[in-house]
Amino acid sequence: MRRLKGFIIKEFYHILRDFHTVLILFAMPVLQVLIFGFVVSTDIKDIRIAIVDHSKDHITRRITDKILSSGYFIRHSHIDQEKDIESSFRKGEIKEVIIFEPSFSHRLETENTAAIQIIADASDPNMANMIVNYTSGIIGNFMAEENKAMLTQQIIRPEVRMYYNQDLKGVFMFVPGTIAIILILVTTLMTSVSITREKEFGSIEVILVSPLHPFEIIAGKVAPYVGLAFINGCSIIALGYFVFGLPVQGNLILLLAESILYILLALSLGILFSTIAPTQQIAMFLSMFGLMLPTMLLSGFIFPIENMPGILQFISYLMPPRYFITILKNIMIKGAGFGFVWKETLVIAGMTVIFLLISIKKFKIRLN
Amino acid sequence: MRTILIIIRKEFIQIFRNTIMLRMLIILPVIQLVVLVNAVTFEMKRITMVVVDNDLSYTSRLLNDKFRSSGFFKVRASEFSLPAAETYLANGYADMILVIPTGFEKDLERDAGQKNGNLQVVVNAINNMKAGLIHNYTQNILNNFAAGIIAGKTTGTSVSMKKTDITYSYWYNPRLNYKIIMLPGILVVLVTIVGMFMTALNLVREKETGTAEQINVTPVKKYQLMTGKLVPFMIIALFELSIGLLVGFLFFNLPFHGNLIVLFLFAFTYLLAALGLGLLLSTMADTQQQVMFLAFFFLILFIMMSGLFTPVESMPLWAQRANIINPFAVFVKVIRMILIKGSGINDIAPYFAHMSVYAIIMISLAVWRYRKTA
Repeated sequence: MRRLKGFIIKEFYHILRDFHTVLILFAMPVLQVLIFGFVVSTDIKDIRIAIVDHSKDHITRRITDKILSSGYFIRHSHIDQEKDIESSFRKGEIKEVIIFEPSFSHRLETENTAAIQIIADASDPNMANMIVNYTSGIIGNFMAEENKAMLTQQIIRPEVRMYYNQDLKGVFMFVPGTIAIILILVTTLMTSVSITREKEFGSIEVILVSPLHPFEIIAGKVAPYVGLAFINGCSIIALGYFVFGLPVQGNLILLLAESILYILLALSLGILFSTIAPTQQIAMFLSMFGLMLPTMLLSGFIFPIENMPGILQFISYLMPPRYFITILKNIMIKGAGFGFVWKETLVIAGMTVIFLLISIKKFKIRLN
Repeated sequence: MRTILIIIRKEFIQIFRNTIMLRMLIILPVIQLVVLVNAVTFEMKRITMVVVDNDLSYTSRLLNDKFRSSGFFKVRASEFSLPAAETYLANGYADMILVIPTGFEKDLERDAGQKNGNLQVVVNAINNMKAGLIHNYTQNILNNFAAGIIAGKTTGTSVSMKKTDITYSYWYNPRLNYKIIMLPGILVVLVTIVGMFMTALNLVREKETGTAEQINVTPVKKYQLMTGKLVPFMIIALFELSIGLLVGFLFFNLPFHGNLIVLFLFAFTYLLAALGLGLLLSTMADTQQQVMFLAFFFLILFIMMSGLFTPVESMPLWAQRANIINPFAVFVKVIRMILIKGSGINDIAPYFAHMSVYAIIMISLAVWRYRKTA
């Protein structure tokens, strides 16, 4: 035990000696969460559009005002003819064009119907879909107001309650995801690289011939990182709370305990990578290629898992952040207790054990 | 010139010697491309709901059917109290709860629902975007339902309402196919990882293992060394890009409306900038670990701010402006423009100029920062 303690202290010195790396390790996750928290959002606002008004009467002007005052759209250019749309789209200046037919209000008065054409640049389909919905919603509301006199009151008025996130804030969606992704990427990278580094420079041979048991060596090597990653985790959660107003409705102790478990998972994954990879470069590429995009895209961080095809939903079960994101959302936002997260906890613990077992099997005690 | 060729040859020998790395560089990106392209869609599948019907009347059942048959909703369960239904929300088994209180039908007939809240809709709003959509869909169904009831009451008397006839057209991608838009983006991520990381790690590795000093004492000039380090990774990255595009054309019906030469010309300029940044980072770091974290930091920042996964327009203005130093964002935008919209060299000229300036700055900085002294 004393030997192990000595070894851990040695590793700590080893990490802390390299001031640049320590700075990067602590500053980077905080900076990333800060930036993502402010930047990553899917809210529609200030979309540049063009309006081609062939009628220019009081109704089309009022509809135009309604659309532009919604906050979702700003008028970018004054296109007068359909033939200019193409070039504007191709330059990427605008996302949508709204076209009113000639003598719009006249037709509306006499024939009770008038035509509006909406053209969207669907080279970004998500965006196109949303802005077309918003636009037709605004026009629909305008017409409902116009028709109000004729209609009896809207007879069903539901009382809508938005649970867990009353103001529909985007950070509730993105901050837990950011925490989970950054924590696993940084931690896995740190561990896998630090162990392969010893392999690459041959210093692992020196350690292997020491009286320390191989498991003590691994434990000693990763122990400092548990501390580092935990500090990272705490600072990110604090950031979410103080800067982004993400609540911690549930038990803070439970939250921290789950974070430690998740960090252990990331560490064991890092150990696993380091037993596979002979050089630092390969360890890094495994951690980057193997983890970055799959965890970002398949964990429900940005894209909802339930929308994915069946096979990908299945693969997403293999993504550790998926479970941690659920745990974070349940504890922090829904205020749920252990009863609501025990399944996810069990999966994370199970994955950790499996990664460790494989690593132990793969770890070579003897030199080649 | 010969010196440069010799350095390039040396680099290629080193790259091809490491078979694990080589396999990883070629196979992993292709697999990821094929798999991940399918994951990225905001398209909503069915919304799961729990119905609390305390009225159990003809009208409430009618409303129930309206939701079921809409195609947007899937009724997961029926409960008789709100607390019981709430556990579905807490467990994540349902997205929304519809509460039809006792006396719903009577209320509707008596005072045509003049009072507020004759129905309750509870939505799990952690995903704000989804919650907004659920609200919209629900409101639509309720409006239709109400209109049906009015029509039922006012049969015979023709009510003429003004209406607008809205037609939509989605240009460039009429079927709103998400894959063809995500594929170029993800491909750019993969190409950037390969190119930028390889370049950044390469020079530091020489420093770490001590071979940098050996190169430093040779008469090789700085620019020769830098060119020799850039070219191999440029070739690998462009190769990677070609494979990815080929996969797109063969398996994902990726359209190609633009000019292939323009695309590769722009890709070349972009890679000069990205690899130049990698070189610059490598001159600032002493160990592979450091340069790795630096490169990782920039890459993930570039990706998240690029508008690849979330729209650029939704970002605050300062972040949109900050994208001027994000070559990744520019390339993602341009590759989509060329492939899907068929934008020509004139359309992308400003981006081209931007990227060229960026590349020149990055490479000059890297050459300037590199010290040939130990």
